[in-house]
Amino acid sequence: MRALNHKLWRDLWHLRGQSMAIIAVMASGVACYLMFMSTLDSLLLSRDLYYNDNRFADIFVPIKRAPEAVARRLARIDGVDKVDTRVMAPLSIDIEGFHEPVVGTVTSIPDDGEALLNRLYLRAGRTIEAGRNDEIIISEAFAEAHDFRPGDSLHVIINGKRKRLRIVGTGGSPEFVHQLRPGGMFPDYERYGILWMGRTALSNAFDMQGAFNYAVLTLTRDANEQAVIDSIDDILKPYGGIGAFAREYQPSHRFLAQELEQLENLSGLFPIIFLGVAAFLLNVVVTRLVGTQREQIAALKAFGYSNLTVALHYLQMIMLIVLAGVLLGIIAGTWLGVMLSEIYVEYFRLPFLHFEMQPLRVIQSGLITFIAGLLGTLAAVRAAVRLKPAEAMRPESPAAYRTSFIEEIGLKHLLSAPSRMILRNLGHKPVKSLLTVLGIALAVGMLMTGRFQGDTINYMMDLHYGLSQRDDLAVGFVEPTTRSALTELQSLQGVEYGEPLRTVPARLRFEHREYRVYISAFEPGATIKRLVDSDLNIVELPRDGIVLNEYLAEEILGIKTGELLTVEILEGSMPIRRVPVAALIRQDLGVGAYMDLEALNRLMQEGDLISGAYLYIDDRYAQEIYQHLKERPRIVGSVIRTQEIESFHRTMDETMLFWTFVATLFSVVIAVGVVYNSARMTLTERSRELASLRVLGYTRGEISYILLGELALLTLAAMPPGLWFGRALCGYIATSIGNEMYRVPLVLEPATYAFAALVVLVAAAVSALLVRRRLDKLDLIEVLKTRE
Amino acid sequence: MTVTRTQTGDKEIVFNTRGITKVYQMGEVEVHALRGIDLELYGGEFVVLLGASGSGKSTLLNILGGLDVPTSGTVHYADHDLSTFRESVLTRYRREHVGFVFQFYNLIPSLTARENVALVTEISTNPLPPDEALKMVNLGDRADHFPAQMSGGEQQRVAIARAIAKRPDVLLCDEPTGALDIKTGIVVLEALARVNRELGTTTVVITHNVAIADMADRVIRLSDGRISGIEINSRKKLPAELSW
Repeated sequence: MRALNHKLWRDLWHLRGQSMAIIAVMASGVACYLMFMSTLDSLLLSRDLYYNDNRFADIFVPIKRAPEAVARRLARIDGVDKVDTRVMAPLSIDIEGFHEPVVGTVTSIPDDGEALLNRLYLRAGRTIEAGRNDEIIISEAFAEAHDFRPGDSLHVIINGKRKRLRIVGTGGSPEFVHQLRPGGMFPDYERYGILWMGRTALSNAFDMQGAFNYAVLTLTRDANEQAVIDSIDDILKPYGGIGAFAREYQPSHRFLAQELEQLENLSGLFPIIFLGVAAFLLNVVVTRLVGTQREQIAALKAFGYSNLTVALHYLQMIMLIVLAGVLLGIIAGTWLGVMLSEIYVEYFRLPFLHFEMQPLRVIQSGLITFIAGLLGTLAAVRAAVRLKPAEAMRPESPAAYRTSFIEEIGLKHLLSAPSRMILRNLGHKPVKSLLTVLGIALAVGMLMTGRFQGDTINYMMDLHYGLSQRDDLAVGFVEPTTRSALTELQSLQGVEYGEPLRTVPARLRFEHREYRVYISAFEPGATIKRLVDSDLNIVELPRDGIVLNEYLAEEILGIKTGELLTVEILEGSMPIRRVPVAALIRQDLGVGAYMDLEALNRLMQEGDLISGAYLYIDDRYAQEIYQHLKERPRIVGSVIRTQEIESFHRTMDETMLFWTFVATLFSVVIAVGVVYNSARMTLTERSRELASLRVLGYTRGEISYILLGELALLTLAAMPPGLWFGRALCGYIATSIGNEMYRVPLVLEPATYAFAALVVLVAAAVSALLVRRRLDKLDLIEVLKTRE
Repeated sequence: MTVTRTQTGDKEIVFNTRGITKVYQMGEVEVHALRGIDLELYGGEFVVLLGASGSGKSTLLNILGGLDVPTSGTVHYADHDLSTFRESVLTRYRREHVGFVFQFYNLIPSLTARENVALVTEISTNPLPPDEALKMVNLGDRADHFPAQMSGGEQQRVAIARAIAKRPDVLLCDEPTGALDIKTGIVVLEALARVNRELGTTTVVITHNVAIADMADRVIRLSDGRISGIEINSRKKLPAELSW
């Protein structure tokens, strides 16, 4: 069998260009799969390790204030394993040299060292010394954003009092992996900080001596989660419990889980495309190979080689190509996986990455690729097996051609003979032509995904901040207050206009579903904050009832307009009311529940109060306004719109850029793979014709037209379906990555269509030129001496 | 390419070769395909180049047709030295002056008979209409057939029609009957004779079939890369009179 092996290697060498193209496409598929899977596995592993090492809690219990002794009652609940209590407080942060308002959340840690649950992970510095009331640890992200190091100081306003604190360490905790200010849309590490302080110091500052306002618990293995939550709520009701919730609803965890789910949704799609294309390319090459080797196969069989040996011979060749593709894919996939994981670790702010490439994933990718390779070539190998030696010794009968459709509808006279050749060649192998078009179309479509994110995010931003959320500055008060606070703000120099706002935390319930949100209430006819429906028309805020965004109503609560929603306010006297859903609105960023200010105040039974304001300000006075706000301890929250947008862009930029890079790279691989292979095939099939034409006096340019015209036609034909497919693909992505943080509308800029088309056209042109060079080496004499 | 023909007596010299040799490098072996050929071909004559396989006749034909250049020596077509031409000029030479007929027809399978002829007429300046060229080879009624729908003899006659449609100055045929049985072979030869007679095209047929020599004006014998003899037929036979 040694001779046959020599043939195998020589055939492979002879087909090296095409083999390499197929290997590249296969490797892309494997790499894409392994990149996604290893990233997903590594992130889950890193997250779980972090959760375990730092004892992430199972149940979270915010309350107004409870004496420390109550914790013992919580610990006695059946199913509770450990209980830890702490004090958490909102605060304003004043950073020297940074003019914009910064807010934060401070959490206590035990004076005597480590917390029982949600332990701190220290990146730098040390923990807080017992008895020190001016030391803090800050989150790593916040430290990086302001270039803080242990030893630096900052001022905070906590409970209306200004305090100077010294940073002794930086770090994080599993409950603040994703650091989002309450009610915020996106992480903004510059303007929202997570801080930790000693329990005694914080209790003193926040008037919580001997008490706690937040408990965290872990459960035993066999615990009934809902039963535990119900018991906790019962116990804490007298202390202003606003409802315990499971880890599933913990904001940081929830965000992480949703983003990872989204990653998983996308991970299957692209590898399938690649393997489909690779299978098709293999099919074309092997079918052609068996065709040209008819006489060789016949001779082998005549010498006594069995059908099995012949089949194995071709299978070996296919498997070698697949093997090379898989190996290359593993290398590339690991490389890309590490890159993507690092980007995500940075994006999620996980403290460390445990990258792992699970052997199971590698085996999966290999198996899937082998199966794709086999499926693609089964017919060709079977043809080789079925070939009767005597029959194969005779040359193949000449191919029968027909006039093309375009000629039959009367356009024949418009076409030159070479143009007719092109059309008839395409029509002669319609399936192959169609699959080539499909392959190129896939590349076009994939390219569009690379830029889709950018297009849609810009659109979402424009929509959200241009149409709906139009304030320059949103201001929040520590406690609900009267309208005089707004009048005061409006009197500041540079404040052009202001609208009142009240937000209250609430739990919305419908049937068995519930969700915690901030209900925002403003006045009908407000112009800064506006609601829009799905056709982007302004929705007038109804006097009664509640308005929900479509995602919250349809996906989370499953409620329709007109149905009654149970609203449990988690503030003040904590009223519970049934409120009809008055309208649904479109809001792509975050989730939202809205009410008329008067209606909400009626529901709260608190009189005409506001908790914040939306302002239009004159940019020239921004600094003075910020400074003024810093000096007013009653004001905690200030969101500056432009910075929110910028911070969101920063968060997304790196992942987006990476995906654009990967998608473009992989799409080019597909485009070049398909076009190059198609061109090589055409060259092999037509070399005799083309040489004949050269002999008849056709120039190289003229015969190039026949060869490349066919490719050009296929490539151009692939554009409309490719762009359509790209749109569908982006649509699929849009629906599969929607979560509570954002829903992605299908928006594609003309530039994205143009980009996709252009890249594929250039890739096709380059592949065509590679093949065009071979036309110059066409052996005119040799080809005329032999019968095909 | 403009051509000034040289008159020698009453005969116009179309091709004039002096001392042409052709050496191929086949791996590590040098193959001497032509070892010094001196030859004149005259306007309007029908020449048969006779020789065994490997005698160099195909090489000579390829050089005359501008498909190949000699290793040494000169080839003059009219007053042009083909051996000094660049590839692009040779292409133009083939396009404007030469008609080829091959043993295996080399028709384009995706084009009908008429379109195969049109392939050439579309790039020539003063061609015959394709249908007229097909009529000359008695295939006027087969113009719309694809190669796969025709017999070998018919395909070869399409190839002849394609070669003559541009009104070439010289028609070069490499074993035109080599793949055909005697009956169809004679039909093909009749077509060649008719073209030679009616259009006055200088025709060179290479063959190893001695019988065909009888229809030529001149027979040039080649062996081992050299001319071993030139005969002039005092009486040309008609193709129908041939047998092999």
